[in-house]
Amino acid sequence: MTPTVLAQGIAESSPILNITIFGLFVVVTLAIVIKVSRQASSGASDFFTAGGGFSGPQNGVAISGDYLSAASFLGIAGAIALNGYDGFLYSVGFLVAWLVALLLVAELLRNTGKYTMGDVLAFRMRQRPVRAAAATSTLAVSFFYLLAQMAGAGGLVALLLNVTDKTQQAIVIAIVGLVMIAYVLIGGMRGTTWVQIIKAVLLIAGAGIMTIWVLALYGFNLSALLGDAVLRAGDAGQALLNPGQQYGKSELSKLDFLSLAIALVLGTAGLPHILMRFYTVPTAKEARRSVVWAIWLIGLFYVFTLVLGYGAGALVGPEAIRAAPGGANSAAPLLAFELGGTLLLGVIAAVAFATILAVVAGLTITASASFAHDIYLNVIKRGEVTDPNAEVRVARITAIVIGVVAIGGGIVANGQNIAFLVALAFAVAASANLPTILYSLFWRRFNTTGALFSIYGGLLATVVLIVFSPVVSGKPVDPVTGRSASMLQGVDFAWFPLDNPGIVSIPLSFLLGAIGTFLGREAGGAQRYAEMEVRSLTGAGAETAVAH
Amino acid sequence: MAAPVSSERPPPTEEEWSAMQASPEFVELRKRLRNFVFPVTAAFLGWYAAYVLLATYAPEFMSIRVLGNINLGLLMGLAQFVTTFGITAWYVRFADRRLDPLSAKLRDELEAAK
Repeated sequence: MTPTVLAQGIAESSPILNITIFGLFVVVTLAIVIKVSRQASSGASDFFTAGGGFSGPQNGVAISGDYLSAASFLGIAGAIALNGYDGFLYSVGFLVAWLVALLLVAELLRNTGKYTMGDVLAFRMRQRPVRAAAATSTLAVSFFYLLAQMAGAGGLVALLLNVTDKTQQAIVIAIVGLVMIAYVLIGGMRGTTWVQIIKAVLLIAGAGIMTIWVLALYGFNLSALLGDAVLRAGDAGQALLNPGQQYGKSELSKLDFLSLAIALVLGTAGLPHILMRFYTVPTAKEARRSVVWAIWLIGLFYVFTLVLGYGAGALVGPEAIRAAPGGANSAAPLLAFELGGTLLLGVIAAVAFATILAVVAGLTITASASFAHDIYLNVIKRGEVTDPNAEVRVARITAIVIGVVAIGGGIVANGQNIAFLVALAFAVAASANLPTILYSLFWRRFNTTGALFSIYGGLLATVVLIVFSPVVSGKPVDPVTGRSASMLQGVDFAWFPLDNPGIVSIPLSFLLGAIGTFLGREAGGAQRYAEMEVRSLTGAGAETAVAH
Repeated sequence: MAAPVSSERPPPTEEEWSAMQASPEFVELRKRLRNFVFPVTAAFLGWYAAYVLLATYAPEFMSIRVLGNINLGLLMGLAQFVTTFGITAWYVRFADRRLDPLSAKLRDELEAAK
């Protein structure tokens, strides 16, 4: 098959089939969400953390569903198919990051918080300023991540349904947003968790089946598969197996990659929608089990993407991938088509859509919980509300607002290079959140000023450095497309040379946290630290699961 | 998934938290945890840094073929997966044997203190 025929193969492969399978997923999951919502109480605990009622393994599957976005599946497979080894480097960072969560964060967080990251950060600090800071950071990270997912939906639609008209893509983005809002409003954390579990099972099983299929075609000989990928790539072939294709071009790009690697490995344990998942289990030990399950599933999945990436390179070929709509992102769907025709492609396409839906639901509920619990309840109402349902009501309204903003943002950002938004989210999480969490849990002297310095300082540093980086302006125009890879065309005000600010913003934030602590007047509340430390390690007084 | 609602006893007072924090058993618990997680974190981050630095600055070294088309870089990358799984299993065993019994004991003491 010539490349163009194969590329059209995606388009003509029956958008109707793809939509039908996806529609089936939506209908089934909505039914499940409605069913489980009937069992729920209407309280805040249930809406925000499902009453802490999920078991470790269930939660671990949900976490992997939350974490493995379309970028993981399509993006990494595509990066490996086109750039070889450097794509694989990404997945190593995404996995190793989980050890930070396992060893330093998960259980301690579960023991000292209730619903949000703000609970832990504000535990022994002045409530209102620190909660406001935590909520700001949560909303920022969630917003960038959400925007990336929604814009990704537009690109996916172009790729899998051959919808190239921007208006039609906008309609699809709006539908994704509306379905997501429905999940959150009807099901709360309980419903969205089940959506994530279902999606994770479909995604990992689908990738697993494709992996075994690809390997079987090569007699389960990885070396033979790699060899074929090299052959298919022609002159560039040998280099595919070696690091450096994507990141090794200059000293600057190498430094950029180091920065990205740091942001990935430290960012995961600071992502608010991941942290919130440590509260949906009854005890810290179940939080630990969740992370263990997540690590195994996520690790397994990234081994799959290694095979799928090189498999796409070998069976589909880089020219076909590049020529297809969506470029690198088309590698996995094209491979599915190559292996199992329109049916398998339909399933994979539906899984990719489901992936976006599940992730945006998780992000929305985290952001709404943070606003309702940290800002509304604790900052505005100072912890006292007369109406017990007010917190949940505010969260629901916030979810609608966030959904609408995400739809609008996704439509506007459609067509942009969105990978940088996810990298930005990780960089903010690693800079603003992680240092503050670690200092809060482990450093007796840490105080309110320190927390404010590290959250706001980290957030500001990251955003400023990105705004003045080549990502936003100043990249050279590509003679083929006539467009610069930067977000803004025709201007150049970049003075920070790296795409990812992590290598600067993360150490800076640790430093700011320390400086702020020493500048601050409080002694750090030794007594409150006693309670925090004892609670974090023993689990005494931790929020228990709600009977249901 | 049902779990008991927390009982009606009042939460520990500030003195009780401080007393527990100062107690030799809690100090032991904290020491065990920190003596595991801090060095292990440093180790895996160091190993990850070495891997990333080698991949970035020594691509020729990583390109050395070992088994057919499988090169050192791929083996090292997969080794990162293996060590991640390994550390996970190691921590679980450690926590089960060395942390959980002690923390459960202290938690019961605090919650039964009334």
